[in-house]
Amino acid sequence: MPNYHGLYSLLWSQLVPLLLLLIFIVIDASVKELFIFERLPESIILIGQDEVNYSVNVIKDNIRNLDVLISLDILSIESANGLYNQYFLYRTLFLSIISLLSGALGFFAISRLNMRFDARRNVEKILRFIFFIFSTVAVLTTFGIILSLIFETLRFFSQVGFTEFMFGTHWSPQTAIREDQVGSSGSFGAIPIFTGTLLITFIAMIVAAPLGLYSAIYLSQYAKPSVRNYFKPMLEILAGIPTVVYGFFAALSVGPFIRSSGETLGLTVSTESALAAGLVMGIMIIPYVSSLSDDVMSAVPESLRDGSLALGATKSETIKKVIFPAALPGIVGAMLLAISRAIGETMIVVMAAGLAANLTANPLSAVTTVTVQIVTLLVGDQEFDSPKTLAAFALGLVLFFITLILNVIAMITVRRYRERYD
Amino acid sequence: MTDKALTLKRKFAETRFKIYGLASLFLAMVMLVVIISSMTYRSIPAFTNYGINLEIKLANEFIDKDDLDYRGIIRETIFSLDSECDDRKCRRSFSKLFSSGAAYDLRDALEEDESLYEKNFNFYILFSDDADLFYKFGIDKNLPENERRLNDQEILWLEGFQEKGLVEKKFSSNLFTNGDSREPEIAGVLGAVIGSMYTILITLIISFPIGVLAAIYLESFASKNRITDFIEVNINNLAAVPSIVFGLLGLALFINFFGMPRSAPLVGGCVLSLMTLPVIIIATRASLQSVPPSIREAALAMGASEMQVVFQHILPAALPGILTGTIIGLARAFGESAPLLLIGMVAFVVDIPQSVMDPATALPVQVYIWADSPERAFVAKTSAATLVLIFLLIIINLAAVILRKKYELKW
Repeated sequence: MPNYHGLYSLLWSQLVPLLLLLIFIVIDASVKELFIFERLPESIILIGQDEVNYSVNVIKDNIRNLDVLISLDILSIESANGLYNQYFLYRTLFLSIISLLSGALGFFAISRLNMRFDARRNVEKILRFIFFIFSTVAVLTTFGIILSLIFETLRFFSQVGFTEFMFGTHWSPQTAIREDQVGSSGSFGAIPIFTGTLLITFIAMIVAAPLGLYSAIYLSQYAKPSVRNYFKPMLEILAGIPTVVYGFFAALSVGPFIRSSGETLGLTVSTESALAAGLVMGIMIIPYVSSLSDDVMSAVPESLRDGSLALGATKSETIKKVIFPAALPGIVGAMLLAISRAIGETMIVVMAAGLAANLTANPLSAVTTVTVQIVTLLVGDQEFDSPKTLAAFALGLVLFFITLILNVIAMITVRRYRERYD
Repeated sequence: MTDKALTLKRKFAETRFKIYGLASLFLAMVMLVVIISSMTYRSIPAFTNYGINLEIKLANEFIDKDDLDYRGIIRETIFSLDSECDDRKCRRSFSKLFSSGAAYDLRDALEEDESLYEKNFNFYILFSDDADLFYKFGIDKNLPENERRLNDQEILWLEGFQEKGLVEKKFSSNLFTNGDSREPEIAGVLGAVIGSMYTILITLIISFPIGVLAAIYLESFASKNRITDFIEVNINNLAAVPSIVFGLLGLALFINFFGMPRSAPLVGGCVLSLMTLPVIIIATRASLQSVPPSIREAALAMGASEMQVVFQHILPAALPGILTGTIIGLARAFGESAPLLLIGMVAFVVDIPQSVMDPATALPVQVYIWADSPERAFVAKTSAATLVLIFLLIIINLAAVILRKKYELKW
C-alpha cells in the first residue's frame, strides 16, 4: 500500500516542524517585544536624565508600534530599522532551521521504508498519538483555568489579606489615583458579594425548583407521547434563548414592573432589585431542572410503578410515595447542577442586578453578585497589577471552585443513582 | 371518615396534583411567549423612521465632486424651512432635529446617481431620534421644559412640519445595513453580525477537528485506564464550568500571556472554542456509540485496521449526529456574551470588521451595549437586535433539526 508509505514520510517530515511553526506564530509577537525592549536602551536618544523614566513608560506602551517612538523622537529611524533587521535575521534563521529539520526528518523516514516495512501500523501509531494529544486539550484547558486563576489570585493576596477578602463585610474596590484622596485604599471584603449571589440564586431556585419539577412530573408521568413530543422541545427553547435576552427582559420589563407594583403596596423597591434578577434567572433554569428530572424519573423501573398501582394507589400517590423517593438522588443532582448554573450565570445579573455591595437579605433591595463584580472590574481599560483587577481573578477562583464542587457532587449522585437501576 | 369521603379526597388530590403539573408547564410556556412577544412589540418602532422630503438645489451651484460639503448642503436645505432662524443658538437647536446620518445618505445617493449633481431633486432627510420619538409617541408637555428632550420651540417646529404635510414615515433598513453608531436612528447590527460570524468561524475551525478526533480517540482507541478516566471526568466538568471563567482564562492566557490583540474575533473564537469543545466531544461520542458494533466487526473481519474501520465505516455513519451536535454547540457559542465582555469585545466599533484581527463586537454583546445606552430610542433598537439574534439562532437550530431528520441513520 504505497499511500501509507507516503503518509508515513509526510507525517515524519511535517509534524514536528509544523508544531514548532505554530508555537513560533503564537509567541512571535511577545518574543519580538522582549527582543526589542532588551536592546532599546542603547538605541534610545536621551535628551536628559529626567526623561528616562518617562521614556521607558512610553516605550512600554508603544513597543508594538515603533513608529510612535520615532515620531516622539525617542528613537531614531536608523536604530529602529536596525532593531527590526536584527530581529528579522534571527527569525529567518529560526525558520531555516525548521525547514532543514523537516527535510532531515523526511529523509530519515524515507530511509526506513522498504518492502517489509509495515507502514500502515506505523502511520496509525503516529495518528493515534496525535489524537491522544487532542483528547488532552480538555485537561490542558482545566489546568490553564486553574493555573491562571491561582497565579493572579496569589498576586492579589500579596496586596490584600486573605481573611480580609474572605470574611470582610465591606466591598468598595475603587482605588484612588492619588495617595491622599479620601477613601483611597479600596476595601475588598467579599462577604456582601457572596450573600448577594446566594440571595439571587435562592430566589431563582424558589421559582425553578417547583416549576421545573412539576413540569418534569407532568411530562414524564401524565402527558401522552404526542403532547410530550410537542412540549419538551418548547421547554428546550427556554434554555436556548441567549442569556443576554433574559437580562434585557429583566432590566426593561420585570424590574420596573416589580418596582411599580411594590410602590402601590407602599414598599420601597430598588429598580435593580434582587427579586427581578432572581425571578428571570429562575425562568431561565426551569429547563435545566426539568429535563434532568424528567430523565431520572423516566429511568425508575416500570416494575416499581406497576407494583404501586396494582396495590390500588392513585397515580399521584405512586409518584409521591414511590417514584419521587426512588428518583430522589437524581433529582438532587439536577437541583445541584441548576444551582451551579445560577451561581455562574452572568448576563442576567450584569444587566438587571445592581453594583452596590449591600449586605442584606431583603429581596427588594439591590445586591451584587460574584459574576457582576468580575465583569465590572475587568471591562474597560485597566492596568494588570492593581488589586482592583486582580480581585476579579480571586472572585473567579472562588466561583470556579464552588461550581466545580457542586458539579462533581451532582455528577457522582446521578451516576450512583443510574447504576442502582441499570 | 367513610370510604366514600376518602375516595373523593384521593380523587381530588389526584386532580390537584395533575393540575399543578399542567400549570407549571403552562406557566413556563407563558413566560416564553411573554418574553418573545414583549421583545417583538417593543422592537416595532425600530423598523421605521420619520423623515422629511426636501428639495436639494444643486442645479446652479458649482460643484467640486471630490470635496463636496455634504453636511453643508443638508444644513442649507433644512434652514430653508425657517428663514427667521439665523442666530447661532437657534440654528443649533434647529439642526438638532435632523439626523447627522443625512449627510452620509446624501453622499451615497449622489455616488449612486451621478446625474443628480446637476439637478434639483427631492431628498428624504431622516429626523434625529428625539424628533422621531416625538412623532411616534408624542411628548408630555406638562413636564418642565428643562426636563424634556425637546424644548417648546423645537416642539413648535416639529408640529409645524406636520401641519405642512412634509413629514413622512418610511421603513428604515439602517438596522440591517449599518454598523454601530451613537445616533440611534442610524445604528445597525451588521457590524456585530459580521463580528459574530468571524468569531463562530474561528470556533468551528478550532473546536470541530480537535473535538471529533479527541472523541474518536476516547471512544475507539483508548484503553480504559486512569488517564482516560481522568480525561473523561475533565471533559464532563468543563462542560459545566461557568462561561465567564473561560473569559478569565482568555484574558489571562491569550491576551496577557500570548499578547494577542484585544477585541479581536480571533481571541473570542479561541475562548468560545474551548467552551464548545466538551459539547462537541460529548455529542460525537454519543453518535459514535450509536453505530452498531456489527459494522465494526464486519470491517475488521475483512482485514481493515482499527483506523480504517473508524474513518471509512463508523465515522461516515455517525457524521449526521456529529454535525448536529456541533451545530448545537456553535449555536450556544453564538448566543454567549459573558466571556466576550472580558476579552474586550465590548468596544464601540463603528466600522464593519474586515478580518478576524479587526476590533469587533458580537451580536449578543451589541444587545448588551445598546441596553446600557441612555437614549430612549435604543430600547426599540435593542429589542430589534434581540429579535435578530433569536431569528439567527432559530435558523441555526433548524439547520440542525433538518440535518438530523434527513440524514440520520436508524439502526
